[in-house]
Amino acid sequence: MIAAYRRWKRLHPAGPLDYTRKWPMQLTLAATFIFLYAPILILILFSFNDSRRNIVWRGFTTKYYEKALGNESLIEAFVNSLTIAFVSTIVSTILGAMVAILLWRFRFPGKAGYEGGMALPIVIPEICLGVAMLAFFARIGWPTDLPWPLNLGNIIIAHISFSFPFAAVVIRARLAGFNRELEEAARDLGASEWETYRDVVLPYLKPGLVAGALLAFTLSLDDFVITFFTSGPDTVTFPVKVYSMVRFSVTPEVNAASTVLIVITLFLTAIAMRVQNRSAKRD
Amino acid sequence: MESWRSTPRVFWAVFSAPSFWLVAFFLIPLSLIWAYSFGEKTGIIDIAVTGTLDNYIRAFEPVYLQIFTKSLWIATLSTLICLAVGLPVALTIVYAPPKAKPWLLLLVILPFWTNLLIRTYALIAVLRTRGYVNFGLEWLYDQASWLFQIVGLGGLGAAILGERFEPVEILYNNGAVLIGLVYVHLPFMVLPLYAALERLDRSYLEASLDLGAGQFQTFWRVIVPLAMPGIVSGLIITFIPTLGSFLTPDLLGGPDSTMIANIIERQFKSANDWPFGSALSFMLMYLTFGALALRAFLGRGRSSGLEA
Repeated sequence: MIAAYRRWKRLHPAGPLDYTRKWPMQLTLAATFIFLYAPILILILFSFNDSRRNIVWRGFTTKYYEKALGNESLIEAFVNSLTIAFVSTIVSTILGAMVAILLWRFRFPGKAGYEGGMALPIVIPEICLGVAMLAFFARIGWPTDLPWPLNLGNIIIAHISFSFPFAAVVIRARLAGFNRELEEAARDLGASEWETYRDVVLPYLKPGLVAGALLAFTLSLDDFVITFFTSGPDTVTFPVKVYSMVRFSVTPEVNAASTVLIVITLFLTAIAMRVQNRSAKRD
Repeated sequence: MESWRSTPRVFWAVFSAPSFWLVAFFLIPLSLIWAYSFGEKTGIIDIAVTGTLDNYIRAFEPVYLQIFTKSLWIATLSTLICLAVGLPVALTIVYAPPKAKPWLLLLVILPFWTNLLIRTYALIAVLRTRGYVNFGLEWLYDQASWLFQIVGLGGLGAAILGERFEPVEILYNNGAVLIGLVYVHLPFMVLPLYAALERLDRSYLEASLDLGAGQFQTFWRVIVPLAMPGIVSGLIITFIPTLGSFLTPDLLGGPDSTMIANIIERQFKSANDWPFGSALSFMLMYLTFGALALRAFLGRGRSSGLEA
């Protein structure tokens, strides 16, 4: 095996730019990936560790997952997070698609300023948007005693505000590759404006919409800072709940709950990449 | 691209909803705290907008000025560390074999998709006094003192290593904040660097190497100048979220690791001084805009320089 590798190496000498085959670069790359992944992998590994102090490995267990599942306030926070992310994703994707079509198709006075305005939610610090939302909902007197899920309304609104410009960027990138002759052909063949959009533009846009939606979903599911300022005692989301648990101590339940969330996000990312790869191949 | 006048109905259909949302649920909330920043508290929850500049003047008091300079300093330092780590990583990935490239890139992007809070929490578990880093150090200590014991130099070992293993305090100080900020923001740096290096014509590098420059010389005199636009945008894209970070200093920092976002949070929660908190928010925002303007300015100078 090693001999075969040596022979391969002799036949394929490393070029001057084959940095992946130079040991200082290999070392840097390895150290970076260990730095990025070791904490997360340790967290996942020790969520299965049968020990509360979770330093030494004491055998495999899933009891912390059962405990996390039995923790009612944790489950409630999880359901809240998913509900918020679901509604926010739908609205953000629709608004994002509208912005994308608007900026892709039309020339209008003040367009550069409009684009800048749409980019604002992407660039301003999260904390500023968080406190602005807190002040805004306090000022308009947003009712705090609504029944579930209406009491999540203010968090959903805040999430849409920072998600839809991101969705717009992703959808617009997809739209940029659209061949407008297809649209003209559809119009020439007698399709109305609406039919053209429904039957020609939207099918082309689908991978962009999926990618935009998944980005909006992850952004919403991950958000802590903005939610921290808009959530009340009855509207705790998963990150806010984990935050309050972490403040007290590091526990295997938090490890277990975090692992579940990591798996969900990885799953969604995998779907997003598959969709994008498939559409890239088809084009 | 067509004028909006050619199909005004379609234009208004796609223009109205997002514009309404942006104004109602983004610009108005921001304007509200902008107005508050010129106001003063008249009761527990009442704020009168009087046009006073007191909040901004207060932000320049030494206590707060020190937090501002410290935040700028921490953000700058962690951005530079990200650059030092990110540049070789990006370079290696750009010239990796085509099959490995998407996977290496995926490994850099993946942490992006993992919850920030969970990553910070994972770091706490690793760095704390009874965490894995200290656990590993203790193991090394035990091995070393055991080695000293078997060669009969137990006394010397104790003198060099100390009588007992003392865990290193890594968490809850400025160093931990720095580690945390680099940990969280490294992908922000690698991606723009990758994009810039990918566009770079590799024949320049080959020419430089052929003509007798070493790897180091090629790096400093060919790669870095050519990748400068990417380096500048990487620096600024990393600097902006680092400067405004709340969670990392809050969870990993000690009492003296407060950054701007933490004092803003305090004004809106425990201290309940919204006008002052609003003024601080806007100062943070002006710093952000300053960084963005700098990027636009440097970017313009760079492209016109290349054309000339």
